[in-house]
Amino acid sequence: MSDLALWGLFLAVGMGTFAMRLSFVELYGRLRIPALLRRALLYVPASVLAALVLPAVVYPNGQSEFVLSNPQIPAAIIAAWVAWQTRNTVLTLAVGMGALWLFKFLGV
Amino acid sequence: MSYQTGREAFMQGVRALLPLIPGVVPFGLLTGVMAINLGLSPGTTMGMTLLFYSGSAQMVALQLLHTGIVPVAIVATALVINLRFIMYSASLAPHLHHLPRRWTWPMSYMLSDQSYALCSLKLSSGELGKFAHHYYAGTAVAMWLSWQLSVLAGVYLGASIPETWSLSFAIPLSFLALLVPGIRSAASLGAASVGGLLAVFAVDMPYNLGLVTASIGGVMAGLLIERLRKSPLRDAQPHDVERETP
Repeated sequence: MSDLALWGLFLAVGMGTFAMRLSFVELYGRLRIPALLRRALLYVPASVLAALVLPAVVYPNGQSEFVLSNPQIPAAIIAAWVAWQTRNTVLTLAVGMGALWLFKFLGV
Repeated sequence: MSYQTGREAFMQGVRALLPLIPGVVPFGLLTGVMAINLGLSPGTTMGMTLLFYSGSAQMVALQLLHTGIVPVAIVATALVINLRFIMYSASLAPHLHHLPRRWTWPMSYMLSDQSYALCSLKLSSGELGKFAHHYYAGTAVAMWLSWQLSVLAGVYLGASIPETWSLSFAIPLSFLALLVPGIRSAASLGAASVGGLLAVFAVDMPYNLGLVTASIGGVMAGLLIERLRKSPLRDAQPHDVERETP
């Protein structure tokens, strides 16, 4: 691909993404949010975050195949427990990575 | 808590983001390394990073560039992955729309999963007071700088992180650390469970539509549970309160 086409592609994605990020902030009042949508938005973070986390844990390395001997699953369960108990991001990351390395080392 | 000055709120926002940086840096490094390995120049890579400011869309675009798909399909795929920003925008709009454009445009450009996750609950509860947008700006600017600098580090250090470190696992872990404390009701637990499970089963859907489908399914599950739990409760409440008042 030529450099010009490449930059055109980047610019198109950049402008499109900016338009989506700005959409409701800019058009607030004119773009009215229905009551149902407002309530629905309460559940967006939980739903999207879970939809990002679970496939990344269950399918390591971007494969779409379930592997039973996947050390990421027990490591994520332990990390979720730490997150629930402590609400501490750094501790969750440290324990989660530590658990993954331990399970890999033990060959579980 | 409510802040006395905009500066104080901004700095608290920056501090709130700091614990998320260890989850961001490996992803940024990987993105930088990957772009260089695919033959992009350092300047092109940083231009792409500035324009996209979206790690997952950038990763997917790099992969598609490598396979030589038509540019229109790459643009479409990257934008579909970023559809969630419309939902974030609608969620933040009530708290940001009254500001002048010199605020809203840069703050919208810097909208990310991380600063949204940090701010959405605090903004809607009103606990941040009148300098709430300074707090949001603190998280947004700190996140933007961490991302740009970690991609830059990936580009220049050429740091190919050893595969055996499995550092990519830090990305789902950082989302997990945001997700779990946010679950405060049966409805949000339902939204998370359904969203997560649908995403696992829909992983083979084309154009990364699985993420959007799963998110919508999770939100619908949350609404349904809220409705099931609230409607009998709302009818019963007045009587119960009267009876229980000593």
